[in-house]
Amino acid sequence: MNGGIIHLYNEPRIISSACVVGNEEHIGPLGDLFDGYSSDPRFGMKTWESAESEMQRRAFLYALKKGSVKCEDISAVFAGDLQNQCVASTYGLLPYNAPYIGLYGACSTLAEGLVLSSMLIDSKKLCTVAVSASSHFCAAERQFRFPLEYGSQRPPTAQRTVTAAGTFILSQSGADIRICDVLIGRICDSGISDISNMGAAMAPAAADTLCRYFAQSQKRPSDFDLILTGDLGYEGIKILKDLCFAKGLDLSGNLNDCGLLIYSASEQDVHAGGSGCGCSAAVMSGYIMKRLKDKTLKNILLMCTGAMMSPTSLLQGQSIPSIAHLVHIRG
Amino acid sequence: MNKENYKKYVSMRAEKSPVFKNCLFAFLIGGAICSFSQLLCDLYVLLGIPNDAASILVSVTLIFIAGLLTGIGTFDKIAKVGGAGTLVPITGFANAVVSPAIDNKAEGFVLGLGSKMFIIAGPVLVYGTVASAIYGVFYYFWGGAFSL
Repeated sequence: MNGGIIHLYNEPRIISSACVVGNEEHIGPLGDLFDGYSSDPRFGMKTWESAESEMQRRAFLYALKKGSVKCEDISAVFAGDLQNQCVASTYGLLPYNAPYIGLYGACSTLAEGLVLSSMLIDSKKLCTVAVSASSHFCAAERQFRFPLEYGSQRPPTAQRTVTAAGTFILSQSGADIRICDVLIGRICDSGISDISNMGAAMAPAAADTLCRYFAQSQKRPSDFDLILTGDLGYEGIKILKDLCFAKGLDLSGNLNDCGLLIYSASEQDVHAGGSGCGCSAAVMSGYIMKRLKDKTLKNILLMCTGAMMSPTSLLQGQSIPSIAHLVHIRG
Repeated sequence: MNKENYKKYVSMRAEKSPVFKNCLFAFLIGGAICSFSQLLCDLYVLLGIPNDAASILVSVTLIFIAGLLTGIGTFDKIAKVGGAGTLVPITGFANAVVSPAIDNKAEGFVLGLGSKMFIIAGPVLVYGTVASAIYGVFYYFWGGAFSL
């Protein structure tokens, strides 16, 4: 069926994960759960862009170590970030010499990687696969918005790009945490062109994917311990609830967002929450994976949302299309 | 919900910036910058500098201070509170030139710093120059009526 749920009957396993974060993320509520951090936003490198690559390099290394996997055993790496030509991933993963596929799904990159890699493992085309995603606040700001030291006021709906990189190692067996089914997102254009309100641009894509999933699977939101969106932020998550409620789907019980979990809204100056590829990668790796391991979460839906925001297209009068991929994970 | 309705719904529900608070801080911080500038001007005149030169020297001093504060990473913190209060005086212009210059230094002094430093201030320079040229034409033909 076109746009249907893809069931993975062999249930690919997530055997390990690791993430490296920046200082703002480290002082956040989940700070102690991450595998590494640096108080130096440049991670010892000369540029912000290289810093992001260094985060990817470290996260990949930690994930290999945690899973006791050798680099030679990795059949392919699916990785992406927000930089042009995904260079944070290419330079970061260059030292490992592993077969590499670059992904661009904006902030949905993690789910995009999990969808593709789990399907390939399920079909037994690949054995052990790594999925990496990263973003860096400074690299993203200067590429998509203003120079870092430029004095401006951000509206309350603006989000902060998370400085983090996360890597997940998937295999055919070797762990309890498994991916049961996936749903590929559809491109949605809701006409939003405000770069300070990405939550509103992405919420319709999230609603579309979620409504399709529940309609096709015959399941209800209450069947899951957690429905976790990638980076809708405070604004986007409220809109998602409204949009789903209008379609008869009540998400008030168990919906949460990585962009809300990673920062403390009362103590950190992050406006509408976190965003970026690293947001879902860090929260999934540092927090959710631990809860899946200790069985406090057993059945979750991860849905990473991406806003395909191009400064050039925006100046040419286009709006921001968005996408949301869904991954059903059991612990 | 169609696109137009969705846009209306989004803008209706979005939390608005605190306009009154922003205006108040812009007034206070902008006012403080202007008062400081006047103080500086009086000081320069007191030191024996002619009025015209003193005014120019005030602008130069403000540009220097704004550039320095941008360089040490303080300006954006003041501007976050001050808003238009720091943007409208010449301090905002200095920040708009210095901040991209810092950001793009890594790409080299010519194609990075040199070409990107006017990425924000460029339009002000271009249209400011065009406007002054148009004004010059009017002033040339109808001099008296357009003198400032």
